[in-house]
Amino acid sequence: MTEMMSMEVQAERPLGRALDRVDGIAKVSGRAMYAADYRPASDLAEGFIVEAPAAPGRIRRLDVSRAEDAEGVIAVLTSANVPEQRTYGAPEDAGRFTQSHAVLQGDRVRHVGQPVALIVARTLEQARHAASLVEVEIEVDAEGGIFDALAHEDLAFAPDSLDGADDADTQKGDLARELAGSDHRVGATYHTAMQHAAAMEPHVSVAEWDGDQLTVHMGIQIVASAVKAFATTLQIEPEQIRIVSPFTGGGFGSKLGIHSEAVLAALAARVCDRPVRVVQTRRSVFVNAPHRERHRQELELGATADGTLTAIRHDNLAGMARDYAFAEAPASPTRASYAAPAIHTSHRVVAADIPTVDSMRAPGEAIGTLTLETAIDEMAQACGMDPLEFRLRNMPDVDPVSGAPFGDHRLESCLREGAQRFGWDGCVAPGSRREGRLLIGRGLAAAIRPNMLVGAEAEITLSPDGRFHVRTDMTDIGTGSYTILTQIAADTLGVEPGQVVTELGDSAFPKSSGSGGSFGAASTGSAVQDAASNLLSALRDRCAALGLDGNGALAFTLDSVRLGERSLALADLVGPEGMTASGSIDPDDFDTGQAGYSYGAQFAEVAVDAVTGEIRVRRLLGVFDAGRILNPKTARSQLLGGMIFGIGAALMEEGVIDPRSGAVMARDLADYHIPVNRDVPALEVHMLGASSPFANPLGAKGIGELGICGAGPAIANAVHEATGVRPRAFPIHLDHLLPNLPPV
Amino acid sequence: MKPFDYVRVGGAEDLAQASAGRFLAGGTNLIDLMKHEIETPDRLFDITRADLPTQDLASVEPREDGLRIGALVTNADLAASEQVRRRYPVLAEALLSGASPQLRNKATTGGNLLQRTRCPYFYDRARACNKRQPGTGCDAMGGFNRMHAVLGTSEACIAAHPSDMAVAMAALDVRVETRKADGTKRSLSLDELYRLPGDAPEKDHVLDPGELITAVVLPAQVPSRQAYRKVRDRASYAFALVSAAVVVELDAGRIRNPRIALGGVAPRPWRARRAETRLEGQAPSRALFLQTMTEEFEAARGHGHNDFKIDLAPRLVADMLGELTETTHD
Ligand SMILES: Cc1cc2nc3c(=O)[nH]c(=O)nc-3n(C[C@H](O)[C@H](O)[C@H](O)COP(=O)(O)OP(=O)(O)OC[C@H]3O[C@@H](n4cnc5c(N)ncnc54)[C@H](O)[C@@H]3O)c2cc1C
Ligand code: SF4
Repeated sequence: MTEMMSMEVQAERPLGRALDRVDGIAKVSGRAMYAADYRPASDLAEGFIVEAPAAPGRIRRLDVSRAEDAEGVIAVLTSANVPEQRTYGAPEDAGRFTQSHAVLQGDRVRHVGQPVALIVARTLEQARHAASLVEVEIEVDAEGGIFDALAHEDLAFAPDSLDGADDADTQKGDLARELAGSDHRVGATYHTAMQHAAAMEPHVSVAEWDGDQLTVHMGIQIVASAVKAFATTLQIEPEQIRIVSPFTGGGFGSKLGIHSEAVLAALAARVCDRPVRVVQTRRSVFVNAPHRERHRQELELGATADGTLTAIRHDNLAGMARDYAFAEAPASPTRASYAAPAIHTSHRVVAADIPTVDSMRAPGEAIGTLTLETAIDEMAQACGMDPLEFRLRNMPDVDPVSGAPFGDHRLESCLREGAQRFGWDGCVAPGSRREGRLLIGRGLAAAIRPNMLVGAEAEITLSPDGRFHVRTDMTDIGTGSYTILTQIAADTLGVEPGQVVTELGDSAFPKSSGSGGSFGAASTGSAVQDAASNLLSALRDRCAALGLDGNGALAFTLDSVRLGERSLALADLVGPEGMTASGSIDPDDFDTGQAGYSYGAQFAEVAVDAVTGEIRVRRLLGVFDAGRILNPKTARSQLLGGMIFGIGAALMEEGVIDPRSGAVMARDLADYHIPVNRDVPALEVHMLGASSPFANPLGAKGIGELGICGAGPAIANAVHEATGVRPRAFPIHLDHLLPNLPPV
Repeated sequence: MKPFDYVRVGGAEDLAQASAGRFLAGGTNLIDLMKHEIETPDRLFDITRADLPTQDLASVEPREDGLRIGALVTNADLAASEQVRRRYPVLAEALLSGASPQLRNKATTGGNLLQRTRCPYFYDRARACNKRQPGTGCDAMGGFNRMHAVLGTSEACIAAHPSDMAVAMAALDVRVETRKADGTKRSLSLDELYRLPGDAPEKDHVLDPGELITAVVLPAQVPSRQAYRKVRDRASYAFALVSAAVVVELDAGRIRNPRIALGGVAPRPWRARRAETRLEGQAPSRALFLQTMTEEFEAARGHGHNDFKIDLAPRLVADMLGELTETTHD
């Protein structure tokens, strides 16, 4: 892909330039190899998953004889013939991404849709047909299952750990006293929906064995933990496993870990002694990949007459997939957004017999800002204040719950700049802005997302062909990793991006952070920067040893290196093997005790059909602080995507589980609505761009998940101004508004 | 997908066997259902290249009694047809509100009429569904039924018909022309074509196996005030929660010839005949429109998630009637 890059020298430095994606041409011309595109040397067999029709319970009868006899079928994997694996979920003390992901183990089925067999056949059509010939009967547990966790609060418990936060509960200040002493109180119970990542690329793995060596081509976000997951599950050494994942077609959290299709492919390839590809069908992804759980969120706020917050209570309840310890933290933004003498937050979960629940698109903040920022708006109204003023009045000086100093705090700048760019001129009485059949409303919300730094390593080789090869097992899940890592290396080395070749997504490369939690760019980018400066000093030393020394920058062409007037042939400098240096980042070196967040402010205008209640977003503007912007183009795309997810969270995305059977009932993209083009207005994105040196050597903060935060509640607040209805359930449906619409 | 035989229909002689299989037109619905093994025909009769001497399946042509639309005319071509846009704009609007441009390029007039319900329980073979497997029950009752019908349902099935096109056609009083496997022909209204579920929800319509829809005929004379509106959960590419096609005339300040058809509320495009009768000859008034439509929905029965349709549909139609008759709010 690099030969596509123009090598001409551009005036600005590579980092911070709006460079086109270096892998863009490969992608639009279909040459980027996604996992399902991979063709092994020997005959590829196709796997098709047979799902459990009911759960939780025991497989009473599983008759695969007709499937085995069907044309083209090579093998049918069931618990009867599957190779031995470590017990699902073991070892208990390992992280959820590295525990055993065993499949087809015993006769127990945890949730509806869980694989009970895998058909392996010569063609996908043959496998699919044979799958329908399998007869399976499940004996559901006599006491039935728990599918609607919110209806079983009596079974709730505090999770041992919370995603991205330390404690399930926090209690700062005397809540009861502050509430009692406040002049204004608002409180409400909210429901946020079950959601699915709905990435374009379904979960897919192609596995092949060479003796005891397993290679898996797969869509994955974090390569290194996937290696561990395979090793644990299959009880082999990590060195026996290679994962190749140069491109992943979207993950949004659902590809942080490995899933049943990956383990099934590896087991089937072993049993059949040939490469096996398992692509989850679109319907399967909705049950055999993780989802975000439905939450009940209770918020209670107190404020003084002058609009100073005194108390915030935020209590959460959700389901947790039984035997898979993950709990989301919707109260995470509540702990960090506004100052108040008392802030109490809690999270409770109910073990449920449902598909895996895991991180998805800004876990915590996406659904936490949705409710918190709606409640804040309601409180501003109760205080008779402009919601912008109210937010500005309650800006914290220190991290509100932990009390730690902020690394930096630019929420106020985002709010002020957003208001000015949007033309925020205060609220009007609900329903009073009208254009014919349309009720117009405007709203705003703050966005916040914790910034993270994760350990990462990278290496760079200057090869005799004059190119710098960056290697790390970092993934590009559509975000632009290839591009910004290329820019970081080029910038540090003092060359143009075209001279850098970035190779990613291979477990043979140094371990990176992977993609997740918006930490990829800053973490792996810092390691690449370190590798580049290490390589540069090594090259400088070698040059000096060869007599090329002095002040000034080394200038690299494709066949020589120059210092001032003198130069050296590259072949003499690096030899036939090239020269390599490694680099890394250790988050402990940046543990300064400061609290770090990315920030934003979002402003929305909606039009609600006064006859039908249909809600359409007419305008959405965001101003964001994600520290230093490495590439304004890829950064903007990240924010755009996030804002669109915000529209989806506010108005469309809704997974459903039938509480009678535990079956997921929205299982394709016709039933599970994500926004389409017509739902998305021309989005306006602005970035403050100031560096955040406290965070990491690059000064960049997380951006990937920031755009989704605050977008939904800005829309919800706009819906309130349009209709007078305060949304309590998300997505907001037109039927929530119908009773309040004007007469026809 | 169950293995099947494929027959490419050339001329009329190939149709004699057609009762032993299913017709394949655009395939946008049938192939999906076959992949999920909800439909499992042994034989597919691909009609997309059929050439029947006296019954052109692929063109739109004016006839004495109206505009004849061949069954293979695509939704995209029909929406773009000059005749349709000029004389039957309600139909063009309905077509363009359906599916996506890619789907409309493949979807045909005959296939659109006979597309099956989008009830999620119908699509999930592990759930009980009388339409998919008679006698098993109906999991949509007491389940997720936001998209489901409130009129014309039965104890056995509450599924809604998903078509937009058919709703406009219902308001236009079209005739559907068919040809049976033995060559005999008949002509049906939409109310005659579609069955209500009763105790046999597996039968969506009255056509015999092997009976081919050859054309849909739009009547020559139709009221000129026409509108289609579709209410949905996102701005495009979503099935209707409620949709309505309304055509009406005004004559000396009086309503003439009103025809109101609704989508998303019943197992077939629903003609609000009671309301039509009540409105005929009346002076337009917004209060009258809402009251008349509310009465039309007195017989409606919600199933929980879809209760809102009983309020929404009358509001929608009342507002459309108000707009078409240029009636201001009192
Ligand atoms: C994602 C998605 C979204 C959609 N959204 C909408 C929407 O918003 N609104 C809407 O109205 N529709 C929508 N559709 C449905 C679409 O309009 C139908 O799939 C299409 O009209 C069917 O036409 P076809 O030619 O492809 O039919 P096919 O799939 O070929 O056939 C459908 C049925 O009709 C029978 N058949 C076809 N032609 C004849 C004939 N001439 N005589 C007798 N029987 C025949 C077939 O045997 C089959 O049973 C959507 C579809 C999809 C997949
Ligand atoms: S509503 Fe009809 S189609 Fe849906 S589950 Fe019930 S019987 Fe089946």
